[in-house]
Amino acid sequence: MLKINNLHASVEDKSILRGINLEVRAGEVHAIMGPNGSGKSTLASVIAGKEEYDVSEGEILLNDENIDELAAEERAHRGIFLSFQYPIEIPGVSVTNFMKTAINETRKAKGLPDMPANEMLKMIREKSELLEIDRKFLSRSLNEGFSGGEKKRNEIFQMAMLEPKLAILDETDSGLDIDALRIVANGVNKLKNKDNAVIVITHYQRLLDYIVPDFVHVLYDGRIVKSGGKELAHELEEKGYDWIKEEVNA
Amino acid sequence: MDLKEKLISSFMAFENLMDVDLPVHDIRSQAIKVFETNGFPTKRDEAWKYTSLNNVLKHDYSVFPKHENAIEYNDVKKYFIHDIDTYKIVFIDGKYSSHLSQTTHDGIDVCLMSSALNKPKYSVLIENYFNKIASKDSFTSLNTAFSCEGAYIHIPKNKLVAKPIQIVHFSTGSEAALMLQPRNLIVVDENSHVQIIERHQSLTDNPVLTNSVTEIYANKRSIVDYYKIQNDNENASLIDNTFINQKQESVASVHTFSFGGKLTRNNLNFYQNGERIDSTLKGVTIIGNKQHVDHNTLVHHIEPNCESHQDYKGIFGDTATGVFNGKVVVNKEAQKTNAFQANNNILLSDKASINTKPQLEIFADDVKCSHGCTIGQLDESAMFYMRSRGIPEKEAKALLMYAFSNNVLNSVKIPEIKQRITKIIATKLGVNIGFDL
Repeated sequence: MLKINNLHASVEDKSILRGINLEVRAGEVHAIMGPNGSGKSTLASVIAGKEEYDVSEGEILLNDENIDELAAEERAHRGIFLSFQYPIEIPGVSVTNFMKTAINETRKAKGLPDMPANEMLKMIREKSELLEIDRKFLSRSLNEGFSGGEKKRNEIFQMAMLEPKLAILDETDSGLDIDALRIVANGVNKLKNKDNAVIVITHYQRLLDYIVPDFVHVLYDGRIVKSGGKELAHELEEKGYDWIKEEVNA
Repeated sequence: MDLKEKLISSFMAFENLMDVDLPVHDIRSQAIKVFETNGFPTKRDEAWKYTSLNNVLKHDYSVFPKHENAIEYNDVKKYFIHDIDTYKIVFIDGKYSSHLSQTTHDGIDVCLMSSALNKPKYSVLIENYFNKIASKDSFTSLNTAFSCEGAYIHIPKNKLVAKPIQIVHFSTGSEAALMLQPRNLIVVDENSHVQIIERHQSLTDNPVLTNSVTEIYANKRSIVDYYKIQNDNENASLIDNTFINQKQESVASVHTFSFGGKLTRNNLNFYQNGERIDSTLKGVTIIGNKQHVDHNTLVHHIEPNCESHQDYKGIFGDTATGVFNGKVVVNKEAQKTNAFQANNNILLSDKASINTKPQLEIFADDVKCSHGCTIGQLDESAMFYMRSRGIPEKEAKALLMYAFSNNVLNSVKIPEIKQRITKIIATKLGVNIGFDL
């Protein structure tokens, strides 16, 4: 599904990604871990199409299509979804209206008519129940005054509504208490099937107890320096990142 | 001959056509003297520092249009709020159009300034209200000197006027360049409620300069909601001078939607002459190209326990320029005043600019007054957030701009106006958003 070859990216001439290679197949869950500043969030943003990043080398293929030149919305239309580490507050636009616009714009891009209102309402009801989101919450301005946990739950609600092929969860566990973590993870697991894939970016192993990865990659200094199964996450939790750094620097 | 000289010499001819025995004759004669002394303001005047009139005053405007012109309703229907029943006072090139209007004398007076100035039955009201709160600045004085036509609205006490009143001025371009000076008088007596919509629309590209004066008297416990829709073409300029005198417990609001015009200057003045008065001044400005919109507001808190709320949003693209100059004066006697002012702006291009200046003059010691102004760009991270959800760039921008203007649209009480404004914004931005905010 996703194939990243020798990806180099920089922002304002500062090189951040220095040759990423990653392949994610349908049905898989990949975890990307790594110390602060290793380039995890940059990788997520580059895949989603944030324009500030300059891709100087390498390529990102989605179902064999090179998406380097595609705008963020075009990538979204092809099924890429990024759950933000820091979701943006947009006062004046309700959660419901935002989702309606996002879904119908995606349908428009695919040549489909707008989703009928009753179908939309039914979908909103189902997906908000999945994430245990209060209906009143949906008429509030997007992310405005939401707690950290509400923002993250709202991100996964959006994911549920948009039904992406490839979901990238950037530090979705940060700022979540254990109950919210369980709800969010449960939501992700219910959305998971053999045709889609998830990349979980996290510092800590605890989210991976709930969303169990098939592969764990360690990102350090802009490169994936180690890959393994889910047991690698446990090892990192126990031993920290220093031994990885030492291995790389040696 | 420059415009000032032309106007002064035209005044003689104008007065010859008018009835010199009316009290308004003296008012006009004094007003032309004020204009003659002061002339048009220049950038040397503090209040006009950021608004140059050079490009507006350079045209050879006709001061009296020669022809009576007719327009078919269907050709201009789109400029009206036409999906609800309303009273209409319509002018074409400064002349009243009975064909397009729907006036009334049934319990309320929704009619013409020319009748009010000339007919004896209105003389008491004219004597009590005409030119009583209009200021003596240059443009207002010029309008006063030439005042002869416009809307005259009198709502006697205890009337809830069910239909909004539309005041619409069309210019047809039959003159190479045209100057219009409409004069409106609106008197709303005790406990009455009225909603008024005002629009100026040029139908061709010929230059038009409108210098409009509106005096509004909101008497005890009355409610007045006034909406100004400014979406004219890029050769039409408007100097709007509005004065509102409020008596105790009255509630008055003016919403100004400035989406087009070459130069638009809104001089909006509220005077609170009574206790427990509520005044609201709100505006959304969205302009591009070389357009210029200048909001110059004054709220004068004269007595205690009153409130004022100002909220102006501006979005400026291309080389458009904006000015917000908001003055709040709180007299020593006006204790327990709550006065709020906000002016938020977004600049869409490097060459667009806004000059914003709050001016608070507070002489009372037990008051709550706040002001804030911001100038920024469209939030890039919000743009990426929306685009990452599949909303294309143009739509994402539009959504952010809607959201930005939302506070102001929220307080619009006539749903059809809200819909119309939403539609104008969408058309301006070239998008179709599937919902109304």
